[in-house]
Amino acid sequence: MDVFSDPTNIDVYVTGFLWILKLTAAGAVGALVIGVVLAAMRVSPVPVLRGFGTLWVNTFRNTPLTLIVFFCYFGLFSTLGLSLADDIDLNNYWLGVIGLAVYTAAFVCEAIRSGINTVPAGQAEAARAIGMSFFQTLTMVILPQAGRAVVAPLGSIFIALAKNATIVGTIGLAESSNAMKELINANGDAVIPIFLVFAGTFAIVLIPTGYAFGWLANRLAVKR
Amino acid sequence: MRITRMTAVVGAFALAMAAAACGGDDSGSGSGSTASGIVGKTASNKKLVVGTKADQPGLGLQTGGTYTGFDVEIAKIIAKGLGVPESGIEYKTTVSSNREPFIQQGQVDIVVATYTINDERKKVVNFGGPYYIAGQDLLVPAASTITGPEALAGKKVCSVSGSTPAKRIQTEYKDASLQQFDAYSKCVTALAGGQVDAVTTDDIILAGYAAQDQYAGKFKVVGKKFSEEPYGVGLKKDDVEGCNKINEILKAAAADGSYKAAWDTTLGKSGQAAPTLDVAKLTNCS
Amino acid sequence: MSADAVLYDHPGPKAKIRNAVLTAVFGVAALGLVYWIYRKFDEKGQWAAALWRPFTESSTWTDYILPGLWATLSAAAVAMVLSLIFGIVFSVGRLSDHWWLSVPSGVIVEFFRAVPLLLLMFFIFYGVPFITEAPMDPFWAVVIGLTLYNGSVLAEAFRAGIKSVPRGQSEAGYAIGMRKSQVMREILVPQAARAMLPVIVSQLVVLVKDTALGYIIGYSELLQDGVNTLAANFGNIVAAAIVAAIIYITVNASLTTFAGWLERRTRRQGKAPKVSGGPAPVAAVPAGGAGGA
Repeated sequence: MDVFSDPTNIDVYVTGFLWILKLTAAGAVGALVIGVVLAAMRVSPVPVLRGFGTLWVNTFRNTPLTLIVFFCYFGLFSTLGLSLADDIDLNNYWLGVIGLAVYTAAFVCEAIRSGINTVPAGQAEAARAIGMSFFQTLTMVILPQAGRAVVAPLGSIFIALAKNATIVGTIGLAESSNAMKELINANGDAVIPIFLVFAGTFAIVLIPTGYAFGWLANRLAVKR
Repeated sequence: MRITRMTAVVGAFALAMAAAACGGDDSGSGSGSTASGIVGKTASNKKLVVGTKADQPGLGLQTGGTYTGFDVEIAKIIAKGLGVPESGIEYKTTVSSNREPFIQQGQVDIVVATYTINDERKKVVNFGGPYYIAGQDLLVPAASTITGPEALAGKKVCSVSGSTPAKRIQTEYKDASLQQFDAYSKCVTALAGGQVDAVTTDDIILAGYAAQDQYAGKFKVVGKKFSEEPYGVGLKKDDVEGCNKINEILKAAAADGSYKAAWDTTLGKSGQAAPTLDVAKLTNCS
Repeated sequence: MSADAVLYDHPGPKAKIRNAVLTAVFGVAALGLVYWIYRKFDEKGQWAAALWRPFTESSTWTDYILPGLWATLSAAAVAMVLSLIFGIVFSVGRLSDHWWLSVPSGVIVEFFRAVPLLLLMFFIFYGVPFITEAPMDPFWAVVIGLTLYNGSVLAEAFRAGIKSVPRGQSEAGYAIGMRKSQVMREILVPQAARAMLPVIVSQLVVLVKDTALGYIIGYSELLQDGVNTLAANFGNIVAAAIVAAIIYITVNASLTTFAGWLERRTRRQGKAPKVSGGPAPVAAVPAGGAGGA
């Protein structure tokens, strides 16, 4: 474990995980917002909106995240001129957040849609019978109930997002996977302890997170 | 019913395994060299497995089914010196991070892939050469005013993540901001788009990009080396005989003009004169 | 509530007009955005014929894209079979009554679900040879990494599926004198596999996409051959990435379509178990297809 007694190496390790944390936090917020909007589109009465939602899901869910992050840099930034910060790292960070958000939103949308399917049809019929509009039915009756059913799948998606944040390293952010690579390059004899520390950190944080979501899902579950 | 289901599973499995075998079919071919070193191996089977880069124009570039570039020409010279016909050379794509494993594991016999000789690597592999002394340099747009690494303050420089050039920028030229990608071609694309002000790595690699048709006239190599990167031919650590043989071959190539020809047909096309191979430095075999 | 249409009334004259207006507004906005992107790409010369011409030549496909695609698909195919096996073995292991079987299975599954695949593949390629002192082929590094991760996710999906099979099924098995292993093998696993089909397939799509991480350890798959190497020759990395993305979307969409067909087929034959308590078994389990890159 000599590798981690060197303060500069500790610094590399900490910086790496801080980036992962920030990417996950911002990506999760973005993905949740976009995902809910997409799900609403996919069940809406307007065919164009439904088509847009379907197109989004089928495109982003089926493309490797590596490519999506690549397009964020070379498409959004390089070609469309969307510059989000002057600092290289910060700019790459925001581009990474966009990539993670649009990708993860596709999964969030599908989870919410299947959550909507667990709400008994009578609920929506009752809402319509008392004269509620589509928007009212969705936001006041269906989504609150569906939300409880999708806690568990959203938890899995959130954990996947945290792990996927490592892929933003391909556009140069010094996050955990790049940090691990750097440490391995410099300390070829300590490959195994380095891996165990990095993988262990993910495991120690994410396994309890998974159980927490499971517990929450059970508590919130609608008993039918 | 049960039998059919089992057969289907076994069938699918066998199919997948067959696919696996095709996917990784080359893995066995290098293993024969372990015992005798490349001299003995090539003498008996007249075959040489060469690890080279696939994505570096001018040095090692996979074009269609063939590989072209200066590194590839050097590999051909070595093969010829070992008595291997050109048809007996098998090329394998290596990336920077898998060169040592490929040599150690016997997946390739030699590596000629912009492979800098340094003490760290000498612990695990042996180096013939150096056949070229490269140096870290900058690739900038033709109209750029950047004249050297000192002028990088506040500029955006691109390199490959985890590479030695990237590291040097981080530690010695802290005022520059560093963009890292996993391949130089992405750096060059970002340079063409104006997202970065310079690309940095060994001059010879930069020259290869500058000479590519689609970038002709757009970029220039600054021409002020700020490091020394002796390129070697990597081979197994214990193959001292092979290493000495490679140095002999390189010496002969410097004398008979085939080294110059290798340069002239590849990187020399951009007009740069051939370097001289300093035979006094061929002393890395251990 | 599988029919979405239950959420809104059949549109009357007013709603029809409103929908038409929304359609028009959104449609124009979307088209405007597409046109703007097109123009921006045009400004930067991304539509230049020289960048796209390579894709009209068959040699580009046979030299770079198809070999890359083949490498992607073969790694994915092997990893699919192995992760299904891994998933079944470890889900059954975790449900075992013997703690010495269930605890290690649980630890392994939880660990590999929590570690990013990128780190895992990197370690298998560079770290494992230190332990085994034997070479690690990039192909197998990719396959093993994919298997450990996706297999663990599938193990959890199977476990949820096995639990969702009504108790009466296993009780009936015991009643006719089957042993525990027989009940598991003959009754629970086959039914769980059918109930979990959507989850399994979305995880397999994740697996196909995740092969893209193989280029990090030098496995020449679609991104390495079809994007990096191809672009090194023609200097058209954005165009090459667009083509690669289309190929991935096509492959994965076909996989999903095939799965939909398979699901309808098993349902029609009435083999899929009716999961008690809800029409959508997917929502009852952790969404397996959430992961991946």
